[in-house]
Amino acid sequence: MGHGPAVKLGKDNASGYKTKLGVSMFIVYTIVYAIFVAINATNPKAMQDIIFGQTAAVVWGFGLIGLALVMAVVYNHLCTSAEAKLNG
Amino acid sequence: MVYTQSPLAIGLFVTFVLFVLGLSFYLARRTSSAEGYYAAGGNIHWFTNGVAFAGDYLSAASFLGICGMIATAGYDGWMYSIGYLAGWIVALFLVAEPMKRLGKYTFTDALDSKFNSKAIQLTAAISTLLVSVFYLIPQMVGAGVLVQPLLGLPHWVGVCIVGVVVTIIVATAGMASTTYVQFFKGALLLIMSTVVVIAVLVRGLSTAPENNGVAYHDFKTMQATVALEISEPGYTVVAGLDSAYGEAGFVKLSKDGQETIWQLNETTNGYTLEETLFMTKLADGTKLFNGAAKEEGAFFPVGHVKELRMNGQEVAATGAVGPLAYLSALKDSTIVLWGKKYVKEGDATTTIYYQKPTPGARVLRPGLKFKVDNATGLQKFNFISLMLALFCGTAALPHILIRYYTVPSQAAARKSTIVAIAAIGFFYVLTLFLGMGAMTNGVINLTDNNMSAPLLALSFGVVLFAVISSLAFATVLGTVSGLIVAASGAVAHDLMDNFLGMKMSDAGKVRAGKISAIVVGCIAIYLGIVFEGMNVSFLVGWAFAVAASANLPAILMLLFWQKTTAKGVAASIMVGLVSSLGLILISPDMWVRYGMLPGDAPIQFNSPALISIPASFLALVIVSLMTQKDVPVVVSDAAEA
Repeated sequence: MGHGPAVKLGKDNASGYKTKLGVSMFIVYTIVYAIFVAINATNPKAMQDIIFGQTAAVVWGFGLIGLALVMAVVYNHLCTSAEAKLNG
Repeated sequence: MVYTQSPLAIGLFVTFVLFVLGLSFYLARRTSSAEGYYAAGGNIHWFTNGVAFAGDYLSAASFLGICGMIATAGYDGWMYSIGYLAGWIVALFLVAEPMKRLGKYTFTDALDSKFNSKAIQLTAAISTLLVSVFYLIPQMVGAGVLVQPLLGLPHWVGVCIVGVVVTIIVATAGMASTTYVQFFKGALLLIMSTVVVIAVLVRGLSTAPENNGVAYHDFKTMQATVALEISEPGYTVVAGLDSAYGEAGFVKLSKDGQETIWQLNETTNGYTLEETLFMTKLADGTKLFNGAAKEEGAFFPVGHVKELRMNGQEVAATGAVGPLAYLSALKDSTIVLWGKKYVKEGDATTTIYYQKPTPGARVLRPGLKFKVDNATGLQKFNFISLMLALFCGTAALPHILIRYYTVPSQAAARKSTIVAIAAIGFFYVLTLFLGMGAMTNGVINLTDNNMSAPLLALSFGVVLFAVISSLAFATVLGTVSGLIVAASGAVAHDLMDNFLGMKMSDAGKVRAGKISAIVVGCIAIYLGIVFEGMNVSFLVGWAFAVAASANLPAILMLLFWQKTTAKGVAASIMVGLVSSLGLILISPDMWVRYGMLPGDAPIQFNSPALISIPASFLALVIVSLMTQKDVPVVVSDAAEA
């Protein structure tokens, strides 16, 4: 029986910080996603409104994809900084 | 539609297959340990792994299915892209690093890392196998569907080619060869999809889109009196207002022995008749397309803009435009979508595809496929449930999760997820342009919208079609190899090694993995042939619903709730599995497949996630609280990096 990682991992003192950061950022994104789904479910006509020359639905779609990437980069930056600081 | 085989497409596909097979045999010489076979030795670079994630994740369902859905239902198809991408946020923020920290070869390892529980090993392995098989069947059937236009071979040959090639890829070097196949496939998919989108934008929009040098079909409109006297000479009425056609809003006419069906639109002094496309299935199973055999090619591709507006002006063509101007022009224009109605006449059933001019802004917002406008509570519930399944499913797909074991550190797991988000997010942006491009470039095959992306490429010439078609085939190879690794790992590592306790040497574990891969490959070939002709793309939805319901609650609670016990995890998986599958099997969509009316189904929603995910969480909490004395669990903050 062998669980545990396939390669030897060192100790990570930043793990707690990264977990809290990940949960916080997850909650933020989930709220935005939930608002998007809620508008579509309750008032889909609002998604036909024009914002920046596009339908609100297109702006929301690009926004959610872009937000995911931006948050991912920010998360990685903060995690890398914490690892450098706490793990030496 | 009739497709013609392209020697170039065949050549490209054969080149890709020979390349990946050569690579697999080369890597096989370096894959002798279980670590090497199941986790590529854990030393794949994070960037390579990130692109391989994209290659693994972007299945035929993404590439062909989403583009086809956008081409026929507009924004609603793109909702899948948005939901799938959002799911990667769950993977990055909650799952990536702990998965790397806790697991070894399979998803079950991570769940069982603190317990060594037979119940978890068994239930998680069953869940892995079910999810992988649900995912596998559409890929294999898709391979058979693709091989017909690409190579001109029968369905079963396509299934066998994919099955044999993929089994060789996996059985030679396991995760190592799978990783590089997925890497190359993911990279090629992104590059070539970008090329097609650039071509779409350079061509711009037109009310008469040219298709590979062939002029677009000139749709005819005629006038008729109240008594159905047709304005154009030569037409006689075959089935009029009092027929089944008339009741459905159509009329069947004949001219020079050729029967056609027309949509009736009432006017003040009679009717306007608009041309339709139709497919008739006779009692003996023969299908006629626009009244003729398929080979005659009478059933032409469709999709056009009816009134094209750019910067407030009505134009015939936009010329080359940027991506935002392209969407903006679509939004201001009127696009012809296609409705579908069935007319039964004796033993024959005719499916009529009729024009539905729709404002572009309406196409570029939800509601054409999903019932959200003036929806009932149950319809809203169904929509929210689907979006929840898409959001929660990604981070619980076993064939995706095992990619975390192929990188050397938690930081690499995190970074590879970010590369995956960038690659997959970019691809999903492209799908909007690919789908809308297909919708407006006269390339949609109304009987099978899955071919929209390759047919869009064909409208730019046979070279691009050859590349995209062979790439679609390669897409199947990449995803199926990942699924076979996951399924064979569940059999060899979770069931044989851990659950049954079969003591095996390192070489024995590799051998067991390879034999399992061959067996799973054979089963995949069998299923791909058995399910021929069935629209099984819905099984991907099953895979997401089951993964989100059975796997994700267990993963999250294990990570974030210290009172989680082994029995709680096993109960959660079983409840998620049974409730999601059970609800799917009694859903209206399945009722139709059983040959019954959807309204008679015991439940009136198709997506079970909004019930099965909470049920799975609840089962874990209740059973864990009842079994606290069994296994105390401590989740430590400091971990291995």
